[in-house]
Amino acid sequence: MIDERQNLLTPEGAELNLTLAGPVPRSAAFIIDMAIRCVVYAIVGILMIFFSTIGQGVMLILMFVLEWFYPVVYEVFRQGQTPGKRMMGLAVAHADGTPITLNGSLLRNLLRTADFFPFMYLAGFISMLSNARFQRLGDLVADSVVVHVEKPDLETVKATAPPRVPDWSVTLDDQRTLIAFLERGVKLSQPRRQELALLAYEELSPEMAEMHALGNARYLRGGDDA
Amino acid sequence: MKQQQFEMRHQQEWLAFEEQLALLEGSKKDVDRKKLLADFPEQYRRLCHQFALAKARGYSLPLIEKLNELILHGHRQLYRHRLPIVAPLVQFIAYGFPRAVREQASWNLLSGFSFVFALCFMWVLVALHPDMIYSMLDVEQVDQISNMYDPAAGFRAMRDGSDDIAMFGHYIWNNIGIAFRTFASGLFFGVGVFVTEIFNGAFFGAIAAHLINIHHDEPFFTFVVAHGAPELTAIVLSGGSGMRLGWALLAPGALPRLQALQRAARKAMPVMYGTFALLLIAAFVEAFWSPRDFAPAVKYSVGAAFWLLLYAYLLFAGRGRSHAA
Repeated sequence: MIDERQNLLTPEGAELNLTLAGPVPRSAAFIIDMAIRCVVYAIVGILMIFFSTIGQGVMLILMFVLEWFYPVVYEVFRQGQTPGKRMMGLAVAHADGTPITLNGSLLRNLLRTADFFPFMYLAGFISMLSNARFQRLGDLVADSVVVHVEKPDLETVKATAPPRVPDWSVTLDDQRTLIAFLERGVKLSQPRRQELALLAYEELSPEMAEMHALGNARYLRGGDDA
Repeated sequence: MKQQQFEMRHQQEWLAFEEQLALLEGSKKDVDRKKLLADFPEQYRRLCHQFALAKARGYSLPLIEKLNELILHGHRQLYRHRLPIVAPLVQFIAYGFPRAVREQASWNLLSGFSFVFALCFMWVLVALHPDMIYSMLDVEQVDQISNMYDPAAGFRAMRDGSDDIAMFGHYIWNNIGIAFRTFASGLFFGVGVFVTEIFNGAFFGAIAAHLINIHHDEPFFTFVVAHGAPELTAIVLSGGSGMRLGWALLAPGALPRLQALQRAARKAMPVMYGTFALLLIAAFVEAFWSPRDFAPAVKYSVGAAFWLLLYAYLLFAGRGRSHAA
């Protein structure tokens, strides 16, 4: 099964979900990082014109440091996030969810060359598509993954339907579905909400079905007026 | 308990935890970590408990995801790897690096052998048939190299400090890049490593023999003898590390291929750290010492000292002490 979620059991017994990042957000993060480096090169390059030969040497050292160690420094000292990854809401971590170590970060970034082979990260791309955790070659060797880290916003829903006691014995699954309907409903259009509600209350009119679904959900979720 | 009540009851705790996280994840130096961390594990465990409850009671997905997210961040802080720098560095130089090198001696020998074999082969070939140099390099390159090491050339005296820095940058960018790429190319079953080692060895052998043929050998050997020790050794060692990766893929033994590869990489990594250090030294020597005009006797003795010290270090440092790791 293709699933971007990976379960992780912590020593505290909590089973967590890591949401793995695929090739597209990762490429975007890479391009942002590359653009940042290019801007630095351009600025320093222009400054270094005034220093001729010394400038050439400084420029090459700068290029060496940035090309090889820019991701390492950020990944180790900034919670696994280069500026590009931060913008895309990504972070590098070890496959067990712990933060990336210096060793791991260096390894995955030195092996970037192998991922780049033969051009434009083709080897890395094939590797990402052919394993369940979207790992490029460097990630495989360093046992690291790239995960989504942005925080989901817990929206408080203002439903107009009055709370309503369900007239059947509610299973856990019913409860989950109804509450999800209530909380995510704000992002849907009303016809879509009614359409979904009809699946559960097929004997009612669309308007009534929505009222019932939201009302039952509000009762189940509980609240000041429930 | 209904979800709303649950949220109301624990909201404050979650907010407090988020604040702690923000402080811990921030880069401020004045944060009093000890004080912050005093009740962090307890809070974290409470959170894990609430998370389990929320899942078992069928609370909504966004709530569960929010708790999941908080715990993940907490997990990351709690199991953060410490980064002590100085002590491991001293240990690494005193015995970690030479031990790591000796530990993969067979790979280094194989890598070194392919380098030296190619070197000797081209050297003998070009010495016997001077025209064979053109099988490695084209006419312009040969002319350029011949001029560069012309004993009668006047430009060597004109070289100044800014050229040194320019060349230093060049050596860093170029040579260390080669070493890192050689290591990475090991992932393709080690084939790339052999190509690099053989090509570099052949190139060096061909040039050396050619310069002897045209009697430009003294400027050349006095130039390369000192920095050659760390530089050539580093290229061979990065090759050895790369071959080790390739071999772990080809013949993983009792382990699954991926695990064999991860283990080989973990063990080869210290050698790559050392290689990096050796190439920094090499770039420094090559840029600031090698181009200086001293009597050949001085340059050869300094060069010999480099080779002797380096190999004494790699072969004998850190023997006899019990393994700390």
